Parts: sequence; structure tokens; C-alpha cells
Amino acid sequence: MKARNRWMLLGLVPFALMVLAFQFAPLLSMLTGSISKSGASGLTFAHYDKIFHSAYYLKAIKNSLLIAVYSSLIGIVAGLLFAYSITRFAPKARDRLLMLSNMTSNFAGVPLAFAYIILLGNNGVFTLLFKQWGWDIFSGFNLYSWTGLVLVYVYFQVPLALLLLYPSFYGIREQWREAAELLGATRWQFWTTVGLPMLTPAIFGTLGILFANAMGAYATAYALVGGNYNLLAIRIGSLVAGDVVNQPELGSALAVLLALSTLLAVFLNHQMSKRSQRFTAAYASNQNLKGLRSRKLRQGAPAQEGVNP
Amino acid sequence: MIKSRSRWTHRTLMLLLMTYLLLPLLATFLYGFAKEWQTTVLPESWTLEWIREMFKDVRFLEALWTSLYLCLISIALSLAVMLPAVFVITVYLPKWETFMKGLVVLPYAVPGVVAAVGLIRTYSSGPINIAGTAYILIGAYFVVVLPYMYQGIRNSLLTVSAVELLNAAELLGASRMRAFATIILPNIWPGVIISTLLSFSVLFGEFVLTNMLVGGHIQTIQVYLYQRVGESGHLASAIAISYFLFILVMSTILMKLGKKVNREVER
Repeated sequence: MKARNRWMLLGLVPFALMVLAFQFAPLLSMLTGSISKSGASGLTFAHYDKIFHSAYYLKAIKNSLLIAVYSSLIGIVAGLLFAYSITRFAPKARDRLLMLSNMTSNFAGVPLAFAYIILLGNNGVFTLLFKQWGWDIFSGFNLYSWTGLVLVYVYFQVPLALLLLYPSFYGIREQWREAAELLGATRWQFWTTVGLPMLTPAIFGTLGILFANAMGAYATAYALVGGNYNLLAIRIGSLVAGDVVNQPELGSALAVLLALSTLLAVFLNHQMSKRSQRFTAAYASNQNLKGLRSRKLRQGAPAQEGVNP
Repeated sequence: MIKSRSRWTHRTLMLLLMTYLLLPLLATFLYGFAKEWQTTVLPESWTLEWIREMFKDVRFLEALWTSLYLCLISIALSLAVMLPAVFVITVYLPKWETFMKGLVVLPYAVPGVVAAVGLIRTYSSGPINIAGTAYILIGAYFVVVLPYMYQGIRNSLLTVSAVELLNAAELLGASRMRAFATIILPNIWPGVIISTLLSFSVLFGEFVLTNMLVGGHIQTIQVYLYQRVGESGHLASAIAISYFLFILVMSTILMKLGKKVNREVER
């Protein structure tokens, strides 16, 4: 850089200050908090020790992992199916469908939990209707339980998976299918030997995002079941900002564990998107970034994770 | 023959998906206008009472106002900080871009609950005690929108070929500052507006950080909604609908603007 341009670096100062103050300092503080003694000075691993010997916290971790895995798997299967389906529509209809999915992926957190309470809660519209009609398949259903949570999580995972996956389908050229057909391959053979292998990086990358999305989700669960359900994110919230007992150090240790899992998942997505870029680069370059959403999504962003559903 | 059958499969699939996605929304909508709704598929009678009550509620209007100004301040701050920073990085220090990208992706990987834990620990004691105030929230919001802002501004700078534009301006004798203000800024404006709107709708839907950092002290629309859910279902529906309508208007504008900007770039 030329000497006379050095002063331009001043433009970076406010940015560096903000990032240090609100991104790095808190992360550092969380790390040190997780290994410092409660109410005293000195280092200790007692909090981690406590977590790994407590049935209660282990259960919270297990519940979170299970709900993340289940909702991501359901999300990815549904997402793949719908993403393929959406590419079969004419551009205009496709854009409308994408906009609708995009719109509903904004519908998360408190309003979403609330909508489900209206539909399927104890006095929900459908709950009462089904009772009236005598459909007892649903009588065992409880929205404020494990099944209810999975149901609500799946709601925000499906449109996200769809939006993340559909661009990869355009990496698969129509000509390849024609070529495969000419060479005598069946549809099934084409998909198992050409189509799916090409989609694999995108699928695993999306799984990473969905997993992180579900692990970090707090608002939806909190609005649905309050502090009652034993999830990692909810435990952290009540340990740090709860009204009963504040144990910020223990909360920090749990937060470190949660952050590790989501960081790993996002890292997986990053590695995978590098791979799938090789396939989709050509498509992306002449597509000239379809609107903002795809731009945001292609860099591996959980669409609404900024808001944590 | 086969073609048309497969088209029907896809139509059915999409119909299923859209029903699934829109049903909760529709139910909320109906509930917000329903007077009697117990045992029928559609409400038995309708009313505008809940909407009226919502607008009469001072706390709702206050929460709306709080949300609006908090979002506006955070975004203004973010723009003031990010515009020069991204400009310097993209134009003068392209080597740092990999580092920046890693930095910017971090807020995605760190869930709100985790971020809140660190923020509370950092700012609830010591020299800067701003826990429970708007300052800590604005700082947290800055980090939340960081990825959107960075990506949006950077993409706009690249699409207008900022470096070449600057060189041309300099050849013609304009100073750096002048070139930035009169050439770069007006050119990247449409892209920047889109990132701003997107950030705005993200912040408007923020609940985790707000509730954990300032929940008891500052009521945004989300925190307010959460508190009303337990009280009156119909009123909460009315609030949820108006919130959703707002998001709808936002995303329509975003979509339209995005298309317009893309068209201009292609031209």
C-alpha cells in the first residue's frame, strides 16, 4: 500500500473496536468463565466435571442432540424432495413458491410457537375439532412434549433445507441426463451414479447448517415449553439469566459445549460448500446471484439463525 | 403422457408443502379475527375487536416504537462502521478478505444463547457496566447483522468494480475522499439499501438476545408478544399477524429491489 494511503486504515478502527468489544471479548469471557471458580479466583475444571457427572445436564445435551439430529434428517429428506420438485416448475411459478418458502422461514421463534399453540395446543383449534369428530389418533398427542417440539422444529427446518438445496439441483445438467439415457442408463441408475454423488456435498453441508440451527434454537422451545423442557439452550438460558439461581460459570461451560457443536457443524458446511462449489460454480456465475436470499444462503448462513428460532 | 403425470406429482407435492407451511399462518390470521371458534373448521363469528384492542394498548405501541428505534440505531451504527471498513478491506487490503470472511461467519456459528452468556459476563461488572441497558443490546445487534452487512456491501463494491472506478476518478484528479463520496457511494447505494432492509427484518424478529440481555428493562415487540401469549390468545394473534404483515411487506420490497438491482447490473 502506498504511504499516502495509510490513513485509510483509520476506517478500520471503529470496526475493529466493535468486533473486539462485542464478539471477541464475550467469547473470551465465556471461555474463561467456564474454567474459573464460582465466587473465587483460580482455575478449575469443576464445571465440566459437574456437567459430565450430572444425569440432568447429560440428559439436556442428549435431548438437544437428538432433536437436532431428528429434525435435521426429516428436514433434509423433505427438503431434497421439495427442492427437486421446485426445479420442475416454470421460472415464474418457481419464484413465487420460493418466495413463499422464504417468507415462512421468517416465521420462527415466538410467533411460530404461538401459531402451533393455537393449532394443536391443549385448547387448540385442531385439538378441539378432532375431539369433536372423535378422531382419537391424536388424543395421545401433546404439543408440549418431545413430539410437539420435533414437529415445530421441522417446520422451520424444511423451508431452510429447501432454500439451501435447490440451487445444487441446477448443477445437474439436463444434457447429462440425456447422455446417460443415450448410453442406456435408467433414471434410477442416473440418480444413484451421477445425480446423488453430485448432490452429496450440498446435502452434508446443509445438514451441518440444519443441525447448528436446531442446536442453537432457543426462542421456539422457550416460547412453547418455557423452562420446563430439558434442552441445552434452555438450561443455559436459565443458568445465566434465570430468576432462581444464577450460576454463570456453569452456564458458560454448557455454552462452550453448545458452541463447540455448532462450530463443528458450520465448519462441516464450510468444507462441503467448497467442494460443491466446484460443481455449481458454472451455474452460479451465469445466474448472477438470484436476489439476496441466495447470496446470504450460499455463504452458508442459517437463514434465520441470526434470530435463533 | 409420462410428462404430464410427473407434472401432477410435482404440483401435488408443492400443494402439500404450501399447505403445511401456510397453515399455522392462516390459523393465526383467523384466530385474530374470530369471535367464536370452538368446534367448527372455520370460526362461527367474526370481530375486529382484537385489532382495535391492540391499537388501544399503549404497551403494544410502546413496544413497536422501542423495536423500531433500537433497530434503526443499530443499523445506522452498523452502516457507519461497516461502510468504511468494508471499503478499505475490499479496495486496499484484498489479502485480508479470507480473514474477514472467517470473522464474519462467526456470528452464524455462535447461537444467540451462547453470545448472550458471554455478553452478560463481560458487561455486568467491571469498568463498563452496561448490562440491562440499550447499549449492550445495540452492540449485540451489531454483531447479529455483521454478516449481512459485510456480504451486501462487499458484493455491491465488487459488482460496480470499485477499484477501477476509483482509479479512473483519481486519473481525472479527484481526491480519495471525494471519489468515495461522489462515485462509490451513489453506485453501491441500491445494494446497501437491500442489506439494510434485510438486517432490519432480522433484528425485528430478534428474541433470544433481547430477552436475555435486557428482557426485564426494555420491551421490544417480540418480548411483548411473548408476554401476551399467556394472557389473551386472540390479542396475541392480532399482534402476530401485524408483525407478520410487516415482514411480508419487507420481503416483498426486498425481492423487488433485488430484481431491480440485478437488472441494472446486467445492463
